[in-house]
Amino acid sequence: MTPRRKRLLIVAAVLAGVSVAAALAVQAFRDNMMLFFDPSQVIAGEAPRDRVFRVGGMVTQGSVTRAPGSLEVRFVVTDFRHSVPISYSGLLPDLFREGQGIVARGRLNESGVFVAEEVLAKHDENYMPPEVAESLKRDAKAAPGSGAP
Amino acid sequence: MIPELGHFALILALCLALVQAGFGLAGAFWRREDWMAVTRPAVAGHFVFVALAFGCLVASFVANDFSLHYVAMNSNSALPTFYRVAAVWGAHEGSLLLWIVVLAAWTLAVAIFSRGLPTPFGARVLAVLGLISAGFMTFTLATSNPFLRLMPAAADGNDLNPLLQDFALAIHPPILYTGYVGLAVAFSFAIAAMLEGRLDQHWARWTRPWTTVAWMFLTIGIALGSWWAYYELGWGGWWFWDPVENASFMPWLIATALIHSLAVTEKRGLFKSWTLLLAILGFSLSLLGTFLVRSGVLTSVHAFATDPARGLFVLIFLFLSIGGALALYAWRAPKLGSSSGFEMWSRESFLLFNNILLVVAAGLILFGTLYPIFVEWLQLPKVSIGAPWFTWAFLAPMLPLIALLGFGMHAAWKHARMAQHKKPLLIGLGLALLAAIVIAVAVFGSAAVLTIVGLTAGLWLLYSSLRDPIARMRRGHSLSPSVLGMAIAHFGVGLFVIGVTGVESYKIQKDMPMRPGDVAEVGGYQFAFRGLRNVNGPNYVAVEGEFRVTRGDREIATLHPQKRMYRVQQGAMTEAGISVGWTRDLFVALGEDLGAGAWSVRVQYKPLIRYIWLGALIMALGGIVATTDRRYRTVKASEPVSQGAGAPAGGVAT
Repeated sequence: MTPRRKRLLIVAAVLAGVSVAAALAVQAFRDNMMLFFDPSQVIAGEAPRDRVFRVGGMVTQGSVTRAPGSLEVRFVVTDFRHSVPISYSGLLPDLFREGQGIVARGRLNESGVFVAEEVLAKHDENYMPPEVAESLKRDAKAAPGSGAP
Repeated sequence: MIPELGHFALILALCLALVQAGFGLAGAFWRREDWMAVTRPAVAGHFVFVALAFGCLVASFVANDFSLHYVAMNSNSALPTFYRVAAVWGAHEGSLLLWIVVLAAWTLAVAIFSRGLPTPFGARVLAVLGLISAGFMTFTLATSNPFLRLMPAAADGNDLNPLLQDFALAIHPPILYTGYVGLAVAFSFAIAAMLEGRLDQHWARWTRPWTTVAWMFLTIGIALGSWWAYYELGWGGWWFWDPVENASFMPWLIATALIHSLAVTEKRGLFKSWTLLLAILGFSLSLLGTFLVRSGVLTSVHAFATDPARGLFVLIFLFLSIGGALALYAWRAPKLGSSSGFEMWSRESFLLFNNILLVVAAGLILFGTLYPIFVEWLQLPKVSIGAPWFTWAFLAPMLPLIALLGFGMHAAWKHARMAQHKKPLLIGLGLALLAAIVIAVAVFGSAAVLTIVGLTAGLWLLYSSLRDPIARMRRGHSLSPSVLGMAIAHFGVGLFVIGVTGVESYKIQKDMPMRPGDVAEVGGYQFAFRGLRNVNGPNYVAVEGEFRVTRGDREIATLHPQKRMYRVQQGAMTEAGISVGWTRDLFVALGEDLGAGAWSVRVQYKPLIRYIWLGALIMALGGIVATTDRRYRTVKASEPVSQGAGAPAGGVAT
């Protein structure tokens, strides 16, 4: 093999390696990109049915129920226009409570219940996840003046 | 009175920092010895007044001065004194002041230990540090003053966030900041070299120990944060790819690349402009991290109060410092080219790969961290990037890095003859593979491909980092601290890899309802729930569970996990019960009362997890050892120091 061909081969191999790595990176990135929806968008059917996404809102007062002695818990999150029921089996974070903003990761089942794999509440009393704060703020602005039906 | 004194001291310190910056830069530019001579006393004064301001804030916390807004928001009369001190950096304003005091301390250390530097160069380094400090002090005074009074004074304080009432987290910020801010020193050395328009091997020798020490603090700081997250958040994870974790990890990756490229610049005079770029990037990522944490653009455990003015200020500061540094780099770096070359098989090329892979890892993590912000800025649907992507983005460059590390340590500079090392290293690799399979199958009972790869890599690293020092000792050669430090640090990497592989491959987690009297079996251990009792702490009440852990007939431990309710903030907190061991951790956390006499309980078996933090500590130890090398102590200027020729040549450069 001439040195020239050898160099060409090396360059080709490096190029191939880099493109495979880049393709894998893009693919992995797409697979792990999770969209966020507020309850209104979920009710409007904008959220995907077949993949994991995140939903966030305020836990509705009085909505947390569980069968005594079981890890299964159900509650409702709301953006004060629409609400989505969530079911979760596992340990809830310390700051989870009614009236607190939370974000849940999971998917929708056939009956429209969001089955959460993970529930996050933030570790600050005054804290609300920015997504939730923003969607609540938007609603507050839209609600009084808009005169929507 | 004390807060006003602190406020005033901070303003004075700002003035002195400006004096330090102005006289340093102007003096070096016009070669005015008398102007440059002003910088050192200015540094001393700057430090004294910053320390005074910080001391005043600490005193206000200890004395429970709730007429101070910041104290009232973050402390309470029932808070133990130790945490009252730690509460100083428990929120935004105080942690900025901590940042400033740490920077002032680094600057003072540079002023003391860098007397051997050529005067204009030293003046420029101190001037750049002064500019950075002035920027941060202006930020603090303008948007985040911790010395503001509350009218009328509060009767008692709001208390410190219960999550922060913990020993590891009390010392985590100061150590992490020491690392973060320490990168400012390498940055200033880089800026000063570019202003001088000259960069030689002496420059690398001066910069190296400072960078290594900063890197060492960063390593310990990140490890402490990870350890804290593990036991205090109650989740039992050790890394979450949380944006703020990433914000501290990216500078670490760049700093790691920097200490390696500095080695090439010092030994061979190569990679000059690349080293400069890394020094700029490392500190830029520290600043970016500060921006991400402080501006509230990120959803994170660590994100403090959101205030657009603060975000904007940090953004402008970020733009000016990073933009300015990069512009200077674009202008000056081309003049600092390297002349000599190296061959394909040489330590230089191994270190080149090291640098590429570390920077790629940092770049991918940066991309994943910023992408959601970018998308939000474009008004597209909100997204978040899942942890698996970060794991992938980190592992992909790290696996080849670890594979190259074992060989690279044995490669000579310029032209390596790998033939003599090839056989023993390959034999070592074979033995490591064999041991990995035995450990995986015989001890843990299963073997996935990635597990075997991880264990093999870790064991092989342990072997190859010890091989060279042992061989040298056998031959009766002395071992220089730099060689020893390198071996120790890489041994730490090996332990870390083993720990990560072990815990990620074989961890077991069970969430379940348990009633007193129930026994759970996890990882071959029996966890018997014996009952609950109430406990009173200084500022909290708690329910404490008792779990007796046995393995067959053998008594292992009795664990007491708690669920605390802090009185002032009414926040619940989980304190896990952990049995620590060389081979595994056993972890029990109480969830909540499920009714019908049951509690939700998380029981975990975490094999080898301690090696993650032990590995990190040993890496840091390697850093300390390397900086004690004698050649850093006799700092010799490359040009005769015209004035003060009698200055002691022995500034200890650590």
